[in-house]
Amino acid sequence: MSDVRLALRQVRFTNKAFWRNPASAFFTFAFPLLFLVIFTSFLGNGTAAFRLASGVVVRIKQSSYYVAAMAAFSVVTACFTNVAMSVTFQRDAGILKRTRGTPLPGWAYLTGRVLHAVGVAVLLVIITTAFGIASYGADLPTGILLLEFVVVVIVGGMSFAALGLATTAAVPNADAAPPVVNAIILPLLFLSGIFFPVDSTSPAWIRTVGAVFPVKHFADAMRAGFYGSPFAFEWHDVLILAAWGLAGLFLAARFFSWEPRK
Amino acid sequence: MSETAIEVTGLRKSYGDVEAVKGIDFHVDRGEVFALLGPNGAGKTTTVEILEGYRDPSAGHVRVLGHDPARHERALLRRVGIVLQSVGVDPYLTVRETVELYAGYYPDPRNVDDVLAVVGLTEKRDTRVLRLSGGQQRRLDVAIALAGDPELLFLDEPTTGFDPGARRNAWEIVRNLTALGKTVLLTTHYMDEAQDLANRVAVLSKGEIVAEGPPDTLAGRDEMIARIRYRVPQGSPPLPEWGQMRLGNGTYEMIAEDPTKMLHELTSWALERGVRFETIEVMRPSLEDVYLELTDAEAGAE
Repeated sequence: MSDVRLALRQVRFTNKAFWRNPASAFFTFAFPLLFLVIFTSFLGNGTAAFRLASGVVVRIKQSSYYVAAMAAFSVVTACFTNVAMSVTFQRDAGILKRTRGTPLPGWAYLTGRVLHAVGVAVLLVIITTAFGIASYGADLPTGILLLEFVVVVIVGGMSFAALGLATTAAVPNADAAPPVVNAIILPLLFLSGIFFPVDSTSPAWIRTVGAVFPVKHFADAMRAGFYGSPFAFEWHDVLILAAWGLAGLFLAARFFSWEPRK
Repeated sequence: MSETAIEVTGLRKSYGDVEAVKGIDFHVDRGEVFALLGPNGAGKTTTVEILEGYRDPSAGHVRVLGHDPARHERALLRRVGIVLQSVGVDPYLTVRETVELYAGYYPDPRNVDDVLAVVGLTEKRDTRVLRLSGGQQRRLDVAIALAGDPELLFLDEPTTGFDPGARRNAWEIVRNLTALGKTVLLTTHYMDEAQDLANRVAVLSKGEIVAEGPPDTLAGRDEMIARIRYRVPQGSPPLPEWGQMRLGNGTYEMIAEDPTKMLHELTSWALERGVRFETIEVMRPSLEDVYLELTDAEAGAE
């Protein structure tokens, strides 16, 4: 069997186990939809004013704003949070150590994890979008926008999964995985316009955090891909995202541990 | 093809200031069951994990099926099966799916259902791993190690936590493997396991091999002085002065430099007087006695 087929085979088995784990499947899928309902209920399905860097004020439906934001959130959950936690769990349980003693190449195992996470992320984006359209009449991207949107989802998914793998190196054991992973991602989600808008009127330090870390670039690109003009789709957002992904890949290759930490 | 499956010379391994393995030599022939015995902390697992490629040696020379395991070559990994101590599998896959998953990593795997039958998990094939008992999970470990049809099997304490029946079954599995010409490197705490399975054993103590040989003759065990223990019925005539110790309840024990001659004397005396021994046995030091002696009884402290 070729190595690529081995990696794809890993996806199949990872997927089987994923759907049978009630905690990971439920939270990964339920949270984005739950949050979408909560935010739109709180804020009403009215319009939100959003000041772009150019000074132009955009008015969009609250629901539309949150459909794109929750789609971004779901990708981060499926790829970053879920990969970091479940791979740490597998490492702690000795599953990675056992795998290491077989002829399966390490990269095939890790590629399988990344591809599975991206697959789940794509499914989540489709569900979130469909839910947004059906419940709130949010608008669906079409044409070139749809293409840009898909590119952002794939690049974002792979980058966050690579960062999730790298994060496992910083987590001492499975018990520490939820606090460490959440400590990294929750502040970023708040500061990157996922839970409430961050625009040119936001405090400077928040905008700096957003400019440095990948979540805001991802959220911006998702929003631009979702609505199009006047939100400008910036390829540099995608490039910064990809750069973070490569950095994650490098760190994972350098520091990833296949054995439980004692 | 070389007749030696594993060759270890001058192997050392240090963790910081602690030297876990202090320069050991041994070899394992093809088709042989070789057991590493020793108390916890003696260096068994360190040695085995170096042979499996999980640890790099600090010094010395190691060859497994002609390869250097530290290089982690697939050509080697395809030919070995590994049962580690306490490592898990995905709890949400079924028994059959798990073995199928691992079998798929090997170029010429065994039939999954055959493997499940060998370890006695056929009835549990559709059960998720998280619902297996400890002993069943251990059998699954063995099944996974067998899935790739390996030439060489590493079994690190394979029957720890088994009930006696399950242990007998596990031994049967290992015997069947050797019948197929497989080589097995076993570590164990159980002397009866080593006695029953191993062609040769090496006793590790504090990072050094303190004895090596077939279990029956380990450390000159077969030539050690025997003891005879017997019990006479109540009301028997007084025993002659043979140097016996009274253990109470009509039971006596004595050292016998020549047990054949001594038994003759004992039974002649008894026949002449119409005495029937209730029990009579000749005892050599067991593998366990020798082991405890060799390892300084430090095992008892664990």
